[in-house]
Amino acid sequence: MSAPTVPLDSATAPTNDISAPVIVFEDVVMSFGDNEVLRGVSFHLPRGETKAVFGVAGSGKSLILKLALGLIRPDSGRIVVLGEDVTQMPEEQLFALRGKIGMVFQESALFDSLTVRENVAYRLMEEHGVYDEDIDRRVREALRFVELEHTLDLNPSELSGGMRRRVAIARAIITQPELLLYDSPTGGLDPVTSNTIIELIVKQRDVNKTSALLVTHRLQDAFTMATHQFDKQTNRMIALPPGQHCDVPMSFLVLRDGKVIFDGDLHNLAQSQDEYIQEYIS
Amino acid sequence: MELISPTDLAKERVLTVQDYFLFSLQTVANLFRKPLYFADMIQQADTIGVGSLPIVVLTGFFTGAVLALQASNTLERFGSITLVGQLVSTSMVRELGPVLTSLMVAGRNSSGMASELGSMVVTEQIDAMRALGTDPMKKLVTPRMVATVFMLFFLAIISDLVGLVGGLAIAKLLLRLDARQYWANAWESLVFQDVFMGLIKPVIFGFIIATIGCFYGMNARGGTQGVGRATTQAMVAASVLILAMDLIVTRFLMATLSYR
Repeated sequence: MSAPTVPLDSATAPTNDISAPVIVFEDVVMSFGDNEVLRGVSFHLPRGETKAVFGVAGSGKSLILKLALGLIRPDSGRIVVLGEDVTQMPEEQLFALRGKIGMVFQESALFDSLTVRENVAYRLMEEHGVYDEDIDRRVREALRFVELEHTLDLNPSELSGGMRRRVAIARAIITQPELLLYDSPTGGLDPVTSNTIIELIVKQRDVNKTSALLVTHRLQDAFTMATHQFDKQTNRMIALPPGQHCDVPMSFLVLRDGKVIFDGDLHNLAQSQDEYIQEYIS
Repeated sequence: MELISPTDLAKERVLTVQDYFLFSLQTVANLFRKPLYFADMIQQADTIGVGSLPIVVLTGFFTGAVLALQASNTLERFGSITLVGQLVSTSMVRELGPVLTSLMVAGRNSSGMASELGSMVVTEQIDAMRALGTDPMKKLVTPRMVATVFMLFFLAIISDLVGLVGGLAIAKLLLRLDARQYWANAWESLVFQDVFMGLIKPVIFGFIIATIGCFYGMNARGGTQGVGRATTQAMVAASVLILAMDLIVTRFLMATLSYR
């Protein structure tokens, strides 16, 4: 199944247009030396939706996130994020755009010389003009969201792998960004901790309606996200009956040999006749 | 091990020099762009300046002392042993104070900066910083450059002074010279050109130490092995560049300051 294309004129509409997709990749090509990693990747991420990106190691999944954030520029093609063409923007302007995006890195990438409080508050402290009391309140709120309020004065080296990921999520969501990018948030974690992280991502999706691009190689995590919804009453993730799966704002993107071979919802993925996809999901 | 052609190697080296030049240019340009991270500058000044003080004092003292000892042997043959103070002061102020201080600071801080920033690169902390809307060049590199230039200037002065004290210790205790005569001789022999040369060099060397350390750190690739490689390269490159620049600056200043 090929990726649906979105006219770039509509993609570069002002960011307050709720019908405009938050991310548009248009025929993006990226190589490292002789190794062509992305060969004309096109897809879009509608507002409020979470899209899980799959592919084997080295297929360019994490690269897509870095391209979306403008950390790397593609060889060709266009990338529009929140209505701005990041392939054309100078670095100075990208810093302002990145203020609206939260990113959770593969290995958390917490600043090891700063405490948990300083890590989570980093963006607020850089903004200036935000009062200390306000910073403190928002840091506590973000850490409460990931249930790590007690780690405020600890250093990242004192935390477990799962706790570091949760602090990284708190750091990413503290400014309530319009878009979240998750790079293998459950990679290398045990199933229980993975489930906690997935629950937090579902909570962010359903409570704050944040659009997200999630890179993972764990199919079960994405299936959990597509079949569960966060219940505010019980503060837990609950499984939905099969008939309601289509209500979940969740889609899947599968990469193979630098190209998108599938872009669609859970139902389409399960029904796909593509041998590679069938083998992948089995 | 894969062999690399001489042409490719030459191209790689030229490209590195070009990248370093642009990196240095951006570091300086950031001084005129907001935000300026004053708190980071002060923190780095403490780490680089105050932290390097013990090794600078020890190096300066022993250099001054050994200089007096070596000079006394030659001067005694000409019956000019009283000129020890003059020899120690001109050598320390013009040359050994700034150069040895810079080499010691390069060994301690250039490698430290390369390993610190290199670790941040390979653990994606630099990418995280950019993702959080902060320019790592402004936040990490420019404060280190300002702090090193500023602190090395004062460290070189301290090294000169301690070197003179080291020379005095030898002159007084071993050579049995009069302390007052030593100081008067050391002080009066210095001219404006000596002091100017001794103060301009640490500014240039400080810039080299910080930019080389940060350049290799920010370009570290390949995990912990890459960080180790960057650390070694930074120290070697900074030391060689300091000695090469010393020759160029000395020749230039001697020509322009109508040296006697």
